[in-house]
Amino acid sequence: MTTALNRIDQLFADRDRKRFIPFLTVGDPSIEATFHLVKAMVEAGADLIELGIPYSDPLADGPTIQRASERALKNGVTIGDALQLVKRLRESGMEASVVLFSYFNPVLQYGIERFFADLAAYGADGVVIPDLPIEENGRAVTAAKQNGIHVISLVAPTSSSRINTIGAQATGFLYCVSSLGVTGARVDLREDLADFLERVKASTSVPTAVGFGISTPEQVRAVAPHTDGVIVGSAIVQQIEEHAEQLKDPKQMPEAVEKIKTFVHQLASALQ
Amino acid sequence: MKNIQTTTRVVPDENGRFGAFGGKFIPETLMNAVTELEMAFEEARRDPAFVQELNGLLSEYAGRPTPLTYAERLTKAVGGAQIYLKREDLNHTGAHKLNNALGQALLAKRMGKKSIIAETGAGQHGVASATVAAKLGLSCTVFMGEEDIRRQSLNVFRMKLLGAEVIPAVSGSRTLKDATNEAIRHWVSHVDETFYVIGSVVGPHPYPYMVREFQKIIGEETRSQVLQMLRRLPDEVVACVGGGSNAIGMFYPFIQDESVALRGVEAAGKGIDTEKHAATLTLGRPGVIHGSLTYLLQDECGQVQEAHSISAGLDYPGVGPEHAYLKDSGRVTYTSVTDAEALDAVQVLCQTEGIIPALESAHAIAEAIKRAKEMSSDKILVICLSGRGDKDVLTIQEALTAEGGE
Repeated sequence: MTTALNRIDQLFADRDRKRFIPFLTVGDPSIEATFHLVKAMVEAGADLIELGIPYSDPLADGPTIQRASERALKNGVTIGDALQLVKRLRESGMEASVVLFSYFNPVLQYGIERFFADLAAYGADGVVIPDLPIEENGRAVTAAKQNGIHVISLVAPTSSSRINTIGAQATGFLYCVSSLGVTGARVDLREDLADFLERVKASTSVPTAVGFGISTPEQVRAVAPHTDGVIVGSAIVQQIEEHAEQLKDPKQMPEAVEKIKTFVHQLASALQ
Repeated sequence: MKNIQTTTRVVPDENGRFGAFGGKFIPETLMNAVTELEMAFEEARRDPAFVQELNGLLSEYAGRPTPLTYAERLTKAVGGAQIYLKREDLNHTGAHKLNNALGQALLAKRMGKKSIIAETGAGQHGVASATVAAKLGLSCTVFMGEEDIRRQSLNVFRMKLLGAEVIPAVSGSRTLKDATNEAIRHWVSHVDETFYVIGSVVGPHPYPYMVREFQKIIGEETRSQVLQMLRRLPDEVVACVGGGSNAIGMFYPFIQDESVALRGVEAAGKGIDTEKHAATLTLGRPGVIHGSLTYLLQDECGQVQEAHSISAGLDYPGVGPEHAYLKDSGRVTYTSVTDAEALDAVQVLCQTEGIIPALESAHAIAEAIKRAKEMSSDKILVICLSGRGDKDVLTIQEALTAEGGE
């Protein structure tokens, strides 16, 4: 049993400050690039990093993140690589919270109990498993608790009466899916988004963070009053995709990392 | 005809589990939709008006009951058990798929949905969905792997002719698995107004259960037809398994009849000692695909592997969770048959019975021929002839030309 306070709980202890959460896929376009990108994002104002473990059949993801998964899988990236990356980030002095994002099957094959023990051992704080709804997550939640790790629950605009049940069981923070559909940048957010976020907030004692479809500083500003944190994935992954060639070349990597850092900084600043 | 209200529900349990398998491993966005579906289906199957309307369509539109045909010349040619064919190929649109598509589309209409989506491998489920959408006045979008669109151009044309939109899936292996991913993604985005008609006993609960309930008419008819014709139960029943809907439909009414051996036949593709096969139950291990825990072809890290079969309808790395349960419980024996053996079986059935079987069904025929040879002539073996082979004629021609056996 881990006695230290989970970094996610520490992070959200001060509820007056909004938190910025970037998502990127481990090993896209290389593990080395992911390491430098994460470090840069923290410098740019990221409070919590969501690291995607690539999967062959990412049901909840749109084309942008699916392509990132495909690039990473070509590099043979596994859960083990993601854990090693977290360890290296911690050894380099990174204090920001880390949440891994993985579909359930890779976790199941790795071994649920082993997975959560390793998350704790390598310095991760939580996990998002998009295809593991509360009805199926019992074993994962037990293993997570034993290791001081949070299984982050998701709520969607379609969750309706489930919101209260999910909100009551949530730990760490509650991941609010901002729109119907898969991950991916969207031009417009739902008109009823604010109402949904307020309903979620009322359902739970844990902080909330909103993601899926948020891609611009304007959108970040628009949702900020209704949430404790904002998650941006596809828009950042798209930037990584556009700079993939430079990120793979050690000489050009620093410049590409700098460009993405600027983008993340714009998004993170929009929260304050 | 027995209606769908009467059978006792043994599995799944209230959580949608068939023993250790099944469940609902889907994004939260869809949870409400499957819960609504679960309630709507339970209500519909108990509503005499729904049952009557479905049974009416099955008999007056689909052409049920389908015949049970004694394959006299095949039986003679093989030497051994008497072989009977359950003629699902004689359903309207040419396969068992229509039973389920009718049931689900009728349910969609009852739930007030205006559009249905479907995924398809060989195209039979896509054609069945497009057909029932036209019949019931719903719009229809079908997701199909780009590779399957190439293999099954005739069925693609049929779907379009019936008014459906066909969207190519271009990710991964560009086959059924990827078409299913695309269909689920589309469903996630349009869940309020769309009903997803899943084509096999796969997917999150209640799909494997619901599809079985719509397909078990195959086994119920077979059981009563054999009893009526021969005054006894068959000794063995054989069906092909991709996702496994014709097989579950055929097996389920015989599960309690312990004297009846049940045999499911998967696609061994180029051979189970190669990487080119679709023998999920034979070589897979438990994992999660498309919302349910079942046997799955995957690598050691849990990445889903691409399946291969000459039959686009069997080319699927997962399998219905009830089959996983029936395998582990030992009630059903699962074997596999190669592309070459299936091709041979096509020719044998064509030339002995004047029936061109679907490549899927040919897997069951190939296995049945092996089995019948080992059985005495007083034994009765029934093959589920799940569909007709018109759609596969070009593939068969290509394969036979390539091997010089035209």
